[in-house]
Amino acid sequence: MAAVAAMSVEERSAPARMAPPSRFGDKAFEWLTLGMALIVLLLVFLIGWQLARGSSLAIQKFGFHFLTTSTWDPVAEQFGALPFIYGTLVSSLIALIIAVPLSIATAVYLTELAPLWIRQPLVSLIEMLAAIPSVILGLWGIFVMIPWLRDYPFPLLKKAFGWTPLFTGPIYGPSMLAGGIIIAIMILPIITSVSREILRSVPNLQREAAYALGATRWEVTRIAVLSYARKGLFGAVVLGLGRALGETMAVTMVIGNTPQIAASLFKPGYTLASVIANEFTEATTDIYLQALFELGLVLFGVTIAVNLLAQLLLKTMTAKSTTRAVQ
Amino acid sequence: MHTIRANKHIWRKVKNVLVSATTFLSAILVIAPLALVFFHLLINGAGSVNWAFFTQLPKPVGVVGGGMANAIVGSLELLALGSVVGVPIGVLGGVYLAEYGSARANSILRFIADVLNGVPSITWGVVVYGLVVLRFKGFSAYAGGLALGLIMIPLILRTTEEVILLVPNGYREAALALGIARWKTIVHVVMKTASKGIITGILLALARIGGETAPLLFTAFGNRFWNHNLGEPIAALPLQVFTYAISPYDDWHRQAWAGALVLVVGIFCINVLVRILTRERKPAVV
Repeated sequence: MAAVAAMSVEERSAPARMAPPSRFGDKAFEWLTLGMALIVLLLVFLIGWQLARGSSLAIQKFGFHFLTTSTWDPVAEQFGALPFIYGTLVSSLIALIIAVPLSIATAVYLTELAPLWIRQPLVSLIEMLAAIPSVILGLWGIFVMIPWLRDYPFPLLKKAFGWTPLFTGPIYGPSMLAGGIIIAIMILPIITSVSREILRSVPNLQREAAYALGATRWEVTRIAVLSYARKGLFGAVVLGLGRALGETMAVTMVIGNTPQIAASLFKPGYTLASVIANEFTEATTDIYLQALFELGLVLFGVTIAVNLLAQLLLKTMTAKSTTRAVQ
Repeated sequence: MHTIRANKHIWRKVKNVLVSATTFLSAILVIAPLALVFFHLLINGAGSVNWAFFTQLPKPVGVVGGGMANAIVGSLELLALGSVVGVPIGVLGGVYLAEYGSARANSILRFIADVLNGVPSITWGVVVYGLVVLRFKGFSAYAGGLALGLIMIPLILRTTEEVILLVPNGYREAALALGIARWKTIVHVVMKTASKGIITGILLALARIGGETAPLLFTAFGNRFWNHNLGEPIAALPLQVFTYAISPYDDWHRQAWAGALVLVVGIFCINVLVRILTRERKPAVV
């Protein structure tokens, strides 16, 4: 017993015969791992620096006009990003309008209302949906979703809401609305699983208190759970928005890739990420490439800001990390 | 008075049932795309997945048949290159966050890693294009692998940190009490205990980047032939699916479906493996 005690305080009262253990290995390992952890910080600066460097000429040449003009003509070297910014915002907005109610309702079902035996299988299925690559959803979008949308829901929408500017004009198929719908499918799993984590982190005392007052299951959810989790759910939605803004492959394949600002959602559009994906390897002149780099810079700036907001909202809600769900 | 109260009670019950039904329906709608995508992948792709698909190169336009052998191998090579970058940085960075550092500084790094996870994957392609492709005057497998590896870093870092934090402190104390150096304790005791969790995190990251297309468009670029030099452009399964999907040829569309089916099956196999790994011996770690 005494020997064990002596061993454990060895460092403080090292016996004369024993050399003190070398600290070198410890220090080296600590610095090594610190270096690796700091790479994360370095990466943020690397992205910002590389994008700014790649677009410095375009920023000088076009200035603020780049963001507010809508002519995109590489031949005449006219570059205005407005149609892409518009397309990114509108398609993401459509996606949120579709995905937010569905995902939050699903999260509520999974944590509050569903019978216990059905919860885990449903969660697994949602994780599987999250694992489907964007390009495969795009493939499905081109050959299955768009023909179906063109034949059934789009004509119905036109008939019912044709009097609004949103659903007028000819129906081609590839369109802003199709882009929004495919993004919605992409962000459903992430909003659902983050919302589920948030709802699960609501203390049970909240629920028990409401039950004790004689509330029904739904009343418990509404009064005790949803109002408590409001901020975190908002965080989940903002996180979904961040993903929607940067979604690339699936949207590129169904949105029609036409740089225009049109009121009708049946008309094709274009997003920041799609134009980079389509035109980057075709950029023949320096200024063209610079303009595409600047689009990347705009996209990066917006998504970083949105993600910062999302993480701040989520952080205040849950002490525990949400990365598991995020993946 | 009495009937009004009774009516109100019934209405509350009805509302409860209505909400349950609506949320159930939402859940069905959320998983419907999964079922539909799977169904169409099977009916459109299964017919073209044959021996030739795994062994032959793509055929020129107009020639029926051919396969994606080069794209399948190319994807595996890109995943390996990505792991060379992503795994050591992610795992060791995660070790730092879990074992060293002040709580405040670490929470900032953690926060940055979470924000990095939200960076659109196409951004990584643009950055690596500027860093590698422009500098070395050409698309290459190295560039593609680097882009994928950078995406892996924050993913692996966060999962590694989480599983290392789950290792009971008693393990560390026991090892340190034997006079073992701190770093040896971490490598041989802590990381070894958490190894299953760390591997799970790496597999999940691989499953995630295995389907990435956007960061490869202008780094790996794609290649219709075998890649014999990693400094040259290389084919990848998701890239090939994309190229074929947006082409105007029916035969290429069939190949795209087949490629998509193979890709999805591969990704789901990794996910099943993860599930098996995390299921057994649950109490210890993960």
